[in-house]
Amino acid sequence: MRDPRVSTNTQISHAGVEGSPRLNTLDALEAEGIHIIREAVGTARKPVLLFSGGKDSVVVLHLATKAFWPGRVPFELLHVDTGHNFDEVIEFRDRTVERLGVRLQVASVQDYIDDGRLRERPDGTRNPLQTVPLLDAIETQKYDVVFGGARRDEEKARAKERVVSLRDEFGQWDPRNQRPELWNLYNPRHLPGQHVRVFPISNWTELDVWRYIQKENLDLPSLYYAHEREVFERDGMLLSPHPAVMPRAGEPLVTKTVRYRTVGDASCTGAVESPALTLDDVIAEVASTRITERGATRADDRMSEAAMEDRKKEGYF
Amino acid sequence: MTATQTPDVADSRVTSLLRFATAGSVDDGKSTLVGRLLHDTKSILADAYEAVERVSRDRGLATADLALLTDGLRAEREQGITIDVAYRYFSTPRRTFILADCPGHVQYTRNTVTGASTADALVVLIDARFGVVEQTKRHLAVAALLRVPHVIVAVNKIDLLDFAPGPFRSIAKHVESHASSLGLTNVICVPVSALEGDNVAIPSDRTPWYEGPTVLDILETVPSINDGADAFALAHAAGIAHPTAHDATVREPAWRMPVQLVLRPQDGAISPEHREYRGYGGQVAEGTMRVGDAVTVLPSGRTTTIAGIDTASGTLEEAYSGQSVAVRLTDEIDIARGDMLAASVDAPHAEKSFHAHVAWLTDRPLRVRDKVLVQHGTALVQAMVMSIDGILDISLPGGTLDASIAKGHELLLNDIGVVTFQLASPLPIEDYGRHRRTGAFCLIDPQDGNTVGAGTARTQVPGTGPDSYVSI
Repeated sequence: MRDPRVSTNTQISHAGVEGSPRLNTLDALEAEGIHIIREAVGTARKPVLLFSGGKDSVVVLHLATKAFWPGRVPFELLHVDTGHNFDEVIEFRDRTVERLGVRLQVASVQDYIDDGRLRERPDGTRNPLQTVPLLDAIETQKYDVVFGGARRDEEKARAKERVVSLRDEFGQWDPRNQRPELWNLYNPRHLPGQHVRVFPISNWTELDVWRYIQKENLDLPSLYYAHEREVFERDGMLLSPHPAVMPRAGEPLVTKTVRYRTVGDASCTGAVESPALTLDDVIAEVASTRITERGATRADDRMSEAAMEDRKKEGYF
Repeated sequence: MTATQTPDVADSRVTSLLRFATAGSVDDGKSTLVGRLLHDTKSILADAYEAVERVSRDRGLATADLALLTDGLRAEREQGITIDVAYRYFSTPRRTFILADCPGHVQYTRNTVTGASTADALVVLIDARFGVVEQTKRHLAVAALLRVPHVIVAVNKIDLLDFAPGPFRSIAKHVESHASSLGLTNVICVPVSALEGDNVAIPSDRTPWYEGPTVLDILETVPSINDGADAFALAHAAGIAHPTAHDATVREPAWRMPVQLVLRPQDGAISPEHREYRGYGGQVAEGTMRVGDAVTVLPSGRTTTIAGIDTASGTLEEAYSGQSVAVRLTDEIDIARGDMLAASVDAPHAEKSFHAHVAWLTDRPLRVRDKVLVQHGTALVQAMVMSIDGILDISLPGGTLDASIAKGHELLLNDIGVVTFQLASPLPIEDYGRHRRTGAFCLIDPQDGNTVGAGTARTQVPGTGPDSYVSI
């Protein structure tokens, strides 16, 4: 694979041999993620990891266990619970917290709705409502570094966000005024009241995440794998009946073999028809898919071309 | 091959990762080139492509405008411009790529410096109708300054010149002479039509006079940092001139590792046997460290030996640049975040003053006696600007980076200058030409904490010839 234009008289020890780089892509991404987490924690007063039980936050949490080995993960997890989560995911979340001996904080959208601080949207979707409890938790708990599992390949606005992203007193992201991110030097400094969001797997693709889950043998909520489920179709998405989102007239329930590519609020996260029972199956499916992850499964990102950008500016994940 | 049996996708377990950046001035067709690379490597998924087709149709365009794939912010789409560096991911069976797409016209130096700082390769766009323009010279100067190991000049829009060889050849000649005056000899020019796909990922049959590789061929085959060669060796292999390299034996430099954290779990250990563990967490910045290596701790200068190299997945006999590890040492020495571990065989010295090229990235000017924070590795140290020794003026004739330095007293946004700093406490800053990690630093505003400058340390004072090396 050596470029023939490159002279051969240089002594490069351990130079890559045909087809086998010294660090392959997954190794390089893992090392970068650990480096980012250590940098952020090295300068933080009170870091926290946003943990939903979804595959991306599972990978970030796993990187954190590696970054601080043989110590425990030295920060809390925060779950912003819409109240519309899948039961399997909540069980998985609690099992993970138990296993690692970390503390979990839950910011509950339901509490905000119950006491009137937030009102249910007409469409029943609670994803946009997560921003207020999230920002309140950051403020009251005085978190200054907030880890998230967002990836730049997910969405066009995310493609422009820094690994370490400054948020102002209102939690807002200012895409036109971001700090340059140079070499592997990250700058998490911020003024009182501000905080930084840190995305250690910014440079990973959906396929990288799955290959890493396989390589590290990571446990995931079962709904990422094919199972039989009663679903109905709405706007081209397969939704599972849930108190938050019930089929209307003309939306018959059918049993299909499905899996979820993302797990989020049940009211706006769709399943995809899939026979992928195992990790190998899922990887083969993701490698050959022709539809983006969010395009396939997230109603909230279909609202407009700038839906994610707008939510991020307001302080969303 | 892989479990997936999908021929179009790299298997990230065996392929290497190449980071590259693209740079061009307004309307060179950079977004189109990026879109073309993504399209021709089948990296654009159906729904994203359909969205681009739909918007293109709404705007009355006959074909899909691939530039729309990369403009992610509302203002960008509304104004038809690209504002900020965007990162793209694609792969071929041979490699995975991270592309930093750097817009040309707003904060051009800031964006190009950002993208180029991590790049193994830089793709510079030129409009074949206009040839080398000021922006081209600036991009090549940034490539030389940041020692990007490989530069690919895509001479675009050759379809508008009927694929004639003449214009390409004269542009290539111009590029080569300008690049070599900057010390860049690793430049490859490729005639392309990003719009129609010629020589981007697929060899064109409309340029029979060009026998070289496509842009993608080059990106797939140049050595990357993760192949095991360090940036200096790569740069040297690719022919970048270096003031001290002509008689030196080129080999991987001795290893360095900035300390990120002291790992001392005590009651927080995952199991009782690790209660007394004491290690230093960090990412190997360059070189290869081995168990038993003599270690110098900087800035203190104390010495010890590597007792073990650990990861959560097991112990290692050696660790390469790029790997994140925990290092155990044979002696208990006072070591904290901000210190650097280095191989004693060729350890740097910590100094309290140094010279550097600085790219200034904020609206407020940098002036003599200004105080800034220098972030170097994991260290953060106060510094004062002692002198601004010159400013890069790419319009000056005679070309080397140093000959292009004009007099100046302040650095304005997008300026690149030579600056002398005095530090509040010593740092092991090394010559960037030989040490792309430990020669790099960024400047931070002590008031608001923003990143305001990018620096590359240098051992030679500009404009005074080879006798004037100073130790840093």
